[in-house]
Amino acid sequence: MADIETFYDVMRSQGITRRSFMKYCALTASALGLGPAFVPKIANAMETKPRTPVIWVHGLECTCCSESFIRSAHPLAKDVVLSMISLDYDDTLMAAAGHAAEAAMMDTIEKYKGNYILAVEGNPPLNEDGMFCISGGKPFVEKLKMAAKDAKAIISWGACASYGCVQAAKPNPTQATPVHKVITDKPIIKVPGCPPIAEVMTGVITYMLTFDRLPELDRQGRPAMFYGQRIHDKCYRRPHFDAGQFVEAWDDDGARKGYCLYKMGCKGPTTYNACSTVRWNEGVSFPIQSGHGCIGCSEDGFWDQGTFYDRVTDLTQFGVEKNADQIGMAAAGVVGGGVALHAAVSALKSAQSKAQTTPTPTNEEA
Amino acid sequence: MVVQTPNGFNLDDTGQRIVVDPVTRIEGHMRCEVNVDDYGFIRNAVSTGTMWRGLEVILKGRDPRDAWAFTERICGVCTGTHALTSVRAVEDALGIEIPDNANSIRNIMQLNLQIHDHVVHFYHLHALDWVNPVNALRADPKATSELQQAVSPSHPMSSPGYFRDVQNRLKQFVESGQLGLFKNGYWDNPAYKLPPEADLMATTHYLEALDLQKEIVKVHTIFGGKNPHPNWLVGGVPCPINVHSTGAVGAINMERLNMVSSIIDKCIEFNKNVYLPDVIAIGGFYKNWLYGGGLSSQACLAYGDIPEDPNDFSPEQLHLPRGAIINGDLSTVHDVDVRDPEQIQEFVDHSWYEYGEPGKGLHPWDGVTEAKFELGPNLKGTRTNIKQIDEGAKYSWIKAPRWRGHAMEVGPLARYIVGYAKGHEDITEQVTGLLRTMDLPTEALFSTLGRTAARALESEYCGRLQKYFFDKLVTNIKNGDESTANVAKWDPSTWPKEAKGVGMTEAPRGALGHWVKVKDGRIENYQCVVPTTWNGSPRDSQGNIGAFEASLMNTKMERPEEPVEILRTLHSFDPCLACSTHVMSPDGDELTTVKVR
Repeated sequence: MADIETFYDVMRSQGITRRSFMKYCALTASALGLGPAFVPKIANAMETKPRTPVIWVHGLECTCCSESFIRSAHPLAKDVVLSMISLDYDDTLMAAAGHAAEAAMMDTIEKYKGNYILAVEGNPPLNEDGMFCISGGKPFVEKLKMAAKDAKAIISWGACASYGCVQAAKPNPTQATPVHKVITDKPIIKVPGCPPIAEVMTGVITYMLTFDRLPELDRQGRPAMFYGQRIHDKCYRRPHFDAGQFVEAWDDDGARKGYCLYKMGCKGPTTYNACSTVRWNEGVSFPIQSGHGCIGCSEDGFWDQGTFYDRVTDLTQFGVEKNADQIGMAAAGVVGGGVALHAAVSALKSAQSKAQTTPTPTNEEA
Repeated sequence: MVVQTPNGFNLDDTGQRIVVDPVTRIEGHMRCEVNVDDYGFIRNAVSTGTMWRGLEVILKGRDPRDAWAFTERICGVCTGTHALTSVRAVEDALGIEIPDNANSIRNIMQLNLQIHDHVVHFYHLHALDWVNPVNALRADPKATSELQQAVSPSHPMSSPGYFRDVQNRLKQFVESGQLGLFKNGYWDNPAYKLPPEADLMATTHYLEALDLQKEIVKVHTIFGGKNPHPNWLVGGVPCPINVHSTGAVGAINMERLNMVSSIIDKCIEFNKNVYLPDVIAIGGFYKNWLYGGGLSSQACLAYGDIPEDPNDFSPEQLHLPRGAIINGDLSTVHDVDVRDPEQIQEFVDHSWYEYGEPGKGLHPWDGVTEAKFELGPNLKGTRTNIKQIDEGAKYSWIKAPRWRGHAMEVGPLARYIVGYAKGHEDITEQVTGLLRTMDLPTEALFSTLGRTAARALESEYCGRLQKYFFDKLVTNIKNGDESTANVAKWDPSTWPKEAKGVGMTEAPRGALGHWVKVKDGRIENYQCVVPTTWNGSPRDSQGNIGAFEASLMNTKMERPEEPVEILRTLHSFDPCLACSTHVMSPDGDELTTVKVR
């Protein structure tokens, strides 16, 4: 983001002289064992635009979002981390631990007040005083609030941070709570999925760096570019659905011919995600292509919608001639009120762009 | 005061207390506290699992065919292994047999995970305990090239220019002043022993491995549709096979098989050209650092995995070995029966749960758990701001599983020690070969370095096994069998009214078991005992310490305020806290102790 102050700006604004700044550069060089020749180079870098700092915290989660992130092929994860952002805190990958790790985080918060991105993987549990997830001896929710306070924007990675995911499935024994219910005064970009697609994750980050703005969000706070359409809308098996050709049992003739998985419980008709277009792992496949229905992992509360093998609704509501919106409306009506709102999304595009400047989108539907 | 534990460790908590929280470069949340004596030796170790999610409570009342998806979300790092364990448990309960192709595909996926997980663990979670990327800036690219060609003559990426490019990129990164993930590392700690050229070589491979790992997982994507968290199926695998006729592009066809085959070859190549040579080369500089053995020389447990026959999990059918070693007696490998209520039991005397009866152990099928977060009288700090934990009381979200009362180590080293003790042909050959190459005695296995080396050997072995099962799959298809799922008992109406089953795997981190009870078509009880529950176990009622704690004992710290050695040894287990600390399942009890405050 362009309006990030350089390291040098920050130091100057805090009353530090040029001489002290150069001394700091010399200390940094010697701490790294680099010798005096590197001092001007470090000084130069600190006077020019820094990479956008990112603090990546982990609550209750399974780390699948981090694992997905490092699968990114374009851009490569190493290029994101080495050249695009400065991943100043990420307990899964960082070298430092304990106090040194916490100091790294505090350092970034202080130096880049209001200009760093907070990425949240997982969510805070609120039961037991928050002590179902402890970090640095304290409830994770405290760390989340502290890191959020001075963040420019928050990215809620995955279903955990966006909606609660598996630990929030009934009866949610820890009271695992999505980020937007705890942090209410910051713009939050939800990137749901369990996990989200790697290139969607890096796509969201690089969009923000390239265009210097938050992506257009839908009413649930998801980037419209990746979550604007149902998997069913762009599924390559859609012609079989329209033609009434279905898999009736696992490994039957229809399965081997790649027929539609709707009757096997596929949630593609009610799931908003980019799986059928971007696909997974450099476009190699996606769940439906590999023979299993979509389980709807990017939808709010997908764990509590009955078994993954129940049909989303009666087949009679899916006339083969109906278009995607009609089908979506019908399906949404059956699956639940939360989904019904999706159908209205396309009509609300202009309103959504406001989400870039206003704080957290309202989440009355969540 | 010095206390001797029944499993033979002298705990002395009088020295300086060091707290590491968060322990980073692991999956999940963990805290570690140690006491260090005046000479820098660790004399007391306390490991605390600091998260809990309660997944088995959530599983109660659900469709057992869905359980794989829930349990898969226990861990996104060892993605798929819980799902496989789950479908095995449900199939065991319901008496479902799977087709041969499904077994081959499952094995290929599980082996693929082992390799992926081991590679990512070594390069991206563990390497920075041995490798100093800042020191790599001092390396001579030409000398690095020579080193690379000496340790791995067949690795093509070894020119001086290649290493110079990487070094330049690293320089730019460091000179930017924004050190990102390397910030606040312990880069001038004398615990780092590599010459700059080895540091540059290993840092280069950190980046190579980051590129490679996204290729490895494509095997999961082909068979399971995505990674992390591919899809699985009770009764077989969801991907159909169609190599001959109409519609083949909608199923596993020749193009898909070719892609799997080429990835398998890439795995084999990387293991051979990069991973193993790196471990040998780096290990060579740390040959005198043989701390961290802990329980490995005394008590190791493996369930075994990778069945040859699709529906037979007896030890002689498994490519990864099963067995238990206790009391340091490698001449006797005990049989392990996960159904026997006397063998595996979990204790909660030092865990934040309550059984209502002190000293009680419960077999997973009868597991009872009520969360009880309470801190001991010697705690320093407060309930929500822990400065120093009181290990005399409850101190972890991890339970204490025991095998016939023994605290056990699980994981690649445990598997390799069990395999070595059993005379497993491939494993014995690998182990003796490595010890010979590195000029180390057998006892050197029982160390942090041994744990890290066993993982690399296993990755290599799994690469070969992956190829074996791919060939088996193709042969079977060639013989006319394209079946991938058995749907005879898909419909819940075909199930018995009540049933119970158990599924086992060897997850990358060690022995993993799921125990399920099904009643009226729904899950009545679900219990997982996972590798990091074994390794990260707190003390039990007898005072036995767990594998993490044991491994830290008597380690010399160069600088007690910089936990390089603690991280190095803990990381050698590849801890997975999201796995270990979700464990709970009341057997018909409601969770009552959780209050909203």
